[in-house]
Amino acid sequence: MARELINMVHIEKEYPGVKALKDVSFQLLSGEVHALVGENGAGKSTLVKILVGEEKLDAGQIFVNGVETPITSIRESQKLGIIMIHQELNLMNHLTVAQNIFIGREHQYKRGLFLDDEELNRESKKIFDQLNLNIDPTVKVGDLTVAKQQMVEIAKALSYDPEVLIMDEPTASLTDSEIEDLFNVIRVLRKEGKGIIHISHRLDELQQISDRITVLRDGNYIDTRKTSEFTIDEIIKMMVGRSIYVEKPENNVLPGAPLSLEVKGLTCEKLVKDVSFNLQKGEILGFSGLVGAGRTETARAIFGADKLKSGQIFVHGKEVKITSPHAAIKQGIAYLSEDRKRYGLSLGMRVSINIALANMAHFINPIGFIKNHMINKNAKEKVESLNIKTPSINQLVRFLSGGNQQKVVLGKWLTRDSSILIFDEPTRGIDVGAKSEIYKLLNELAAQGKSIIMISSELPEILRLCNRVIVMCEGRVTGELKGDEITQEAVIRYATQR
Amino acid sequence: MKNVVDPTKKVDLQKFVVFGVAVLLFGFFAILRPAYASYSNIMTIVLSTCVNGLLAIGVTFVIITGGIDLSVGPLMTFTGIMSGTALTVWGLPIWLCILIGILSGIFIGMCSGLLVTKLKLPPFIATMAMMMVLKGLNLVISGVKPIYFTSVKGYQKIALGSAFGIPGFYNAILIFVAFAIVGHIILSKTLLGRYAYAIGSNTQAARLSGIRVDTWIIVVYATSGFFCSIAGLIMSSRLNSAQPQLGPGYELEAIAAAVIGGTSLAGGVGTIVGTLIGAFIMSELQNGLRTLAVSPEWQFVVIGMVLILSVAVDQLRRKNV
Repeated sequence: MARELINMVHIEKEYPGVKALKDVSFQLLSGEVHALVGENGAGKSTLVKILVGEEKLDAGQIFVNGVETPITSIRESQKLGIIMIHQELNLMNHLTVAQNIFIGREHQYKRGLFLDDEELNRESKKIFDQLNLNIDPTVKVGDLTVAKQQMVEIAKALSYDPEVLIMDEPTASLTDSEIEDLFNVIRVLRKEGKGIIHISHRLDELQQISDRITVLRDGNYIDTRKTSEFTIDEIIKMMVGRSIYVEKPENNVLPGAPLSLEVKGLTCEKLVKDVSFNLQKGEILGFSGLVGAGRTETARAIFGADKLKSGQIFVHGKEVKITSPHAAIKQGIAYLSEDRKRYGLSLGMRVSINIALANMAHFINPIGFIKNHMINKNAKEKVESLNIKTPSINQLVRFLSGGNQQKVVLGKWLTRDSSILIFDEPTRGIDVGAKSEIYKLLNELAAQGKSIIMISSELPEILRLCNRVIVMCEGRVTGELKGDEITQEAVIRYATQR
Repeated sequence: MKNVVDPTKKVDLQKFVVFGVAVLLFGFFAILRPAYASYSNIMTIVLSTCVNGLLAIGVTFVIITGGIDLSVGPLMTFTGIMSGTALTVWGLPIWLCILIGILSGIFIGMCSGLLVTKLKLPPFIATMAMMMVLKGLNLVISGVKPIYFTSVKGYQKIALGSAFGIPGFYNAILIFVAFAIVGHIILSKTLLGRYAYAIGSNTQAARLSGIRVDTWIIVVYATSGFFCSIAGLIMSSRLNSAQPQLGPGYELEAIAAAVIGGTSLAGGVGTIVGTLIGAFIMSELQNGLRTLAVSPEWQFVVIGMVLILSVAVDQLRRKNV
């Protein structure tokens, strides 16, 4: 008989400004693989982080084996046998594989005061044999490939002999045969009566391995059902929600508009594999995909922030070599990072200086003194045209709201007169009103003949602004959608295609 | 069962390079001045490595966790002054005075650790502040006068006697080697060392593995304080006194030794053996330049260049791998 291992009831969690979980309940039985699905930001990761004590819950209860158990630290959840394989690799590159697997539990393998690495190596070997893996436990983790590192993470989790195993997208970097090995291990655990929580975006994979599926959307609990009762299309519909107002943009790009950017076969060390696309003058091109699909990496490569392995970039029809952000800016390319506070702004400086900062050469006189009146004049223009809400151009950027900070960054690149603007999650963390203003601005800029790439994880805004969408998955372009083809279902399908 | 893999060799290669530099330097000076390679001069070099070597061992622990300890110089002096105060003011037996010196080193290390973990001060600031505080306390406690250990017969023998009766083989060297071995074993074979690497390599991952990161960082700073106190013991014994003005400047030499020995300021990388070779290279250089009658001013310039060179080579090597 299956018994209840975990029961999370009425869980609430709020981060500053965002309600991450609203009255979410989740139950895990022994001997089941329970899949947790939802879009980026639906609250899946937050829910399991609460379960392992990595995040504190604001309200709600957790029952472990029927007993109410507050879990406030990772050590506590480890003691209860609840183990999580993290989405990001959480390994220590400078330690060996075996040392990583048994980190925090060396006392079980000690001889007196001293650590026993030989024993750790032997124990690791046993786990790898069980996983049908060929990894040398004495190698430093930093010298392994990402896929192998992921397998080390999994081996580490299994070495705890968990009662409840949580996997947060464990298969993202694995090959098919490695996934099959992992699933075989999961099947064994299931037979032993363990409970497995599986978070994945690969819906086909969930159908293979899971018994039940719970869907979350925007921090809300939607439904839990047996996997056999769902079709993939139904799951997708529940994930994105049915009733989203979609305002189709007019196609204001002329059919014969010149190409302002053309990218051919772009490949980098990291997450960019043979990416090709083009961008027309006056177009807003959407880049969609899940977190880690390689969109930001592609943008960074075009902007010269990461080194290219191969590929060509043409700007206004001419091939250019972009080896640094400086070179990219010279070509009129601007990149507005998703983390504007870290990469886009000098928070402790004035609005006026921030707007001038990318083009200072323009604001100095021949002997090198800064022409403050020019800086102020330019700032006033931009504050007006972009409708930046600030008490004065001398306000420190730190005190502006997120939406207005984003506009300051935009003002900076417009001062530079960039013609190709790459926006990476331009509306992240800003409120609805400011969002619609940014949308309006993007449309205006496109109408003025700027070419825009918009990377966004929020499908509705892609649908609202873009006439053409490139969908990426794991560093590759998996689809290009135009006009009416752009639907949430289609985008998700391509974004989860291997 | 154990199949040898290339990646592990990389680290050894680097240590080999540093060792090679030490040997080359030695050969270089020995050819120019044969007296440089004499037994008594070699022992002089080793003796002059003792204090810096012990401080560098302490600082290596901290740097491996991704931190830095700028307080080791004045802390070394502080432990000597505490011992001396216990002896001359409180009139305690000498063994207890030495113990008080060691405990005060551990205590101050713990304080730095608490500043870093509980008050979340950046290690650079926390230990720089600690350095200033100690520099002042050293002067205040001593009344800006040296504290002499002359009342204790044979205090100077702790460092300058020779237990085996071999001339030139001072006890200081013996103590240095013994504690270097202790340091090596702690770092490579015990939980403390393992967690130091783990924290320096990826603090977040260490925390998620259930390691009490804050506690271990405090222990690491305390360990650094302990090694400072041993250095302080040797120093006060050699001088037969605690000199309150001494100390500032030593911390930078200790960090330099660790860095030349391959310890990465980014954390996660470093060994005691490497640090010792680094400390030896510095003494070797100072001694060699002196025998060549290079003025002290120029000695600084040369040592600075060596530091630049050793780290630059390391950076280039890493890029090419």
